[in-house]
Amino acid sequence: MSEASSAQARGLAKFGLSLNVLLVLVFLYAPIVLLTIYSFSGARNPGQWGGFTLDWYRALGDDTRVQDAIWVSIRVALVSTVLSVVLGTMAALALERFTFRGKKVFDALLYLPIIIPDVTMAVMMLLFFTQAFDLLDAWFGLRIAKGFATIVVSHIAFNIAFVSVVVRARIAGMDATLEQAAADLYATRWKAFVFVTLPQIMPGVLGGALLALTLSLDDVVVTQFVAGPGSTTLPVYVFSLIRRGVTPLINAVSVVMLAASLVLVIGSLFAQRANEGRRRREPAA
Amino acid sequence: MSSSALDPLDIVDPDHEHSHIGEEVERRLRRADRRRGFLLALPAYLYMVLFFAVPLVIVLIYSFATRTSSGSVALSGWNLESYRKLGEPIVRNVVFRSAFLAAITTVVCLLVGYPYAYFAATRRPLVRNLLLVAVMIPFWTNFLVRNYSWRLLLSTGGPISSATEAIGLGETDLLFTRTAVVLGLTYSFLPFMILPLYASIERIDWRLVEASRDLYSSGWKSFSKIVFPLSLPGVIAGSILVFVPSLGAYVTPEILGGGRETMLGSYIVTQFLTARNWPVGASVSFVLMAVMLSATIVYFRAGGKNL
Repeated sequence: MSEASSAQARGLAKFGLSLNVLLVLVFLYAPIVLLTIYSFSGARNPGQWGGFTLDWYRALGDDTRVQDAIWVSIRVALVSTVLSVVLGTMAALALERFTFRGKKVFDALLYLPIIIPDVTMAVMMLLFFTQAFDLLDAWFGLRIAKGFATIVVSHIAFNIAFVSVVVRARIAGMDATLEQAAADLYATRWKAFVFVTLPQIMPGVLGGALLALTLSLDDVVVTQFVAGPGSTTLPVYVFSLIRRGVTPLINAVSVVMLAASLVLVIGSLFAQRANEGRRRREPAA
Repeated sequence: MSSSALDPLDIVDPDHEHSHIGEEVERRLRRADRRRGFLLALPAYLYMVLFFAVPLVIVLIYSFATRTSSGSVALSGWNLESYRKLGEPIVRNVVFRSAFLAAITTVVCLLVGYPYAYFAATRRPLVRNLLLVAVMIPFWTNFLVRNYSWRLLLSTGGPISSATEAIGLGETDLLFTRTAVVLGLTYSFLPFMILPLYASIERIDWRLVEASRDLYSSGWKSFSKIVFPLSLPGVIAGSILVFVPSLGAYVTPEILGGGRETMLGSYIVTQFLTARNWPVGASVSFVLMAVMLSATIVYFRAGGKNL
C-alpha cells in the first residue's frame, strides 16, 4: 500500500470515528431536548409545534391526580431510601469487615435483586403480599390492602442490594488501619464509627442513596404490581396515561420528571467528585 | 461485654509461659467479633429473607400450582402443566421474538458503542471524561421518560415523520413496529454496552500496537489481531448487560411496540393482571430469572467483575 493511500485510509477511519461519536451524542440527547421543546408547544397534537405556551404546565398545576401521584412518589422515594441506606450500609460493613455464620448466603442474597428482571421481582412481591394478606386475614382477621406500605417494602427490597454494592466498593478501597488506630487510642466502637469510619465511607453512602432515590423514582413495573387503588406513584400514573396515547400534558409531566432526574445526576456527579478528591488526598488508600 | 474485661493490650506476649491464656483471649475476641458482624448484618439479612427469599420461593411454588376455572390459584394438585405450556406455539413465539429483538439490540449497541468507546478511550483525560459523562447522564435520567420521548418522536405527524416528509422521503410510520422497539431498547441500554467496552479498551497496552506497526502490520490488522481480542472481555460483558435486560423488557415494548410486539415481560404481566393465569406467569418469570442468572455467571467468569 502506498504512503498516500494509507494516510487516506487513516484519515477516513478518524473521520468515521468522530462522525459516530457525534451521531451517538445526537441520538442520546435529541429525544430529550425535543421532548422539552415540545412541552412548550401550543399545538393540541403533542408532536407538532404550535407556538410557545405554558398552558400545559398550568394544566399540570390544576391536575390533582398528578399532584397526588407526585406526592406519593416523593414519600415512597424518601422513606425507602432512608431505610435502605441504613440497612444496606450495615450489611456492607458486616460483609467487608467481619466474618460470620451464613455470610456467603447473605452475600448471594444481596446480589440477586440486582440481577433479577424487574418483572420477576414484581411477580414475587405480588404473590408474596397476596399470600401474606390471605394468611393474616385467615389467622387474625386482619384485612390489609395494598398501598403505600407495600410499595415502600418492595422498593427497600431491591434498594438494599444496590446501596450495599456501592458502599462496599467504597469500604474495600478504605484503610482499615485507621479504625484500628482509633481503637488503640481508646475510642469506643461507636465513636470510632462516627468519627473515623462514617466520614470515610460517606461518599459511598451518598452515592448509594442517590442510586436508591433514582431507582425508586424510576420504578414502574414493581410498583404497578403492588400499588393499591388509592396510592399510585407518578411513573405508574404516567405509564397508564401513555398507554392511552400521547398528550401535551404528558410532555409537561415528563419534563418535570426529567428535571428531577437532572438534579439527581448533578448530585451524583458531585458525590463522585468528592469520592475522587478524597482518593487523591489519600494516595495510600 | 467480655472483650472489654480482657483487653488485648494487657496480655503477655505469646512466647511467655502464659501463652495459653493469650490463645483463649484471642479465641473469645474472635468469637465476639463474629457475633458483632452477625448482629450488624442481621436486620438486612432478615429483611432480605422475609421480603426477597420467601417471595422467590412462593413464585416457585405457584408455578407448580393449578389454576381454577374462576382464575384463582388452588395450592393443591401440584403439576408441571405450566412448564409444559412453555413449549406451546404461543409462548414459543413470544420467547423467540424476545430473544430475536434482544439479540438485534445487542448487535446494534455493539456496532455503535464499540467505535464510541474506542474513540473515548484514546482521547486525552478531559475529553475522555466528558464523553463518559455524556453517556452516563441518560443512564441516570428517568427510564419511562426516555422511552416516552421516542413515542413522541415517532408519532404520526411527529418530528421524525415531518422531517422525512420534508426531505421528500414521505411519511415514516415506525411507531408500533419492531424497529421502534429495537430503537427504544438501544436507547435504553446503550450505556451498558459503552461503559464496559471503554473499561477494557482503556486498559490495553498500546505498546503492543506500536510494536505491530513497527513490524509493518496494517492498521486494520493491528486492530483485528491485537486491540479487538484484548477488548473481548468488555465485548462479552457489554453484550450480556444489554441482552439480559432487553430480554425481560416490559416498559419499552409496551410503549413503542403498542402491545403488538409482545415480549416476555409483557407476556408475564398479562398473565397476572389480565389473563389471570398465575401458575403460567410464575413459571415464565422463574425461567426468565434462571436464564439471567446463568448469563450473569458467564459474565463474572468472563471477568466482568473487574470492569
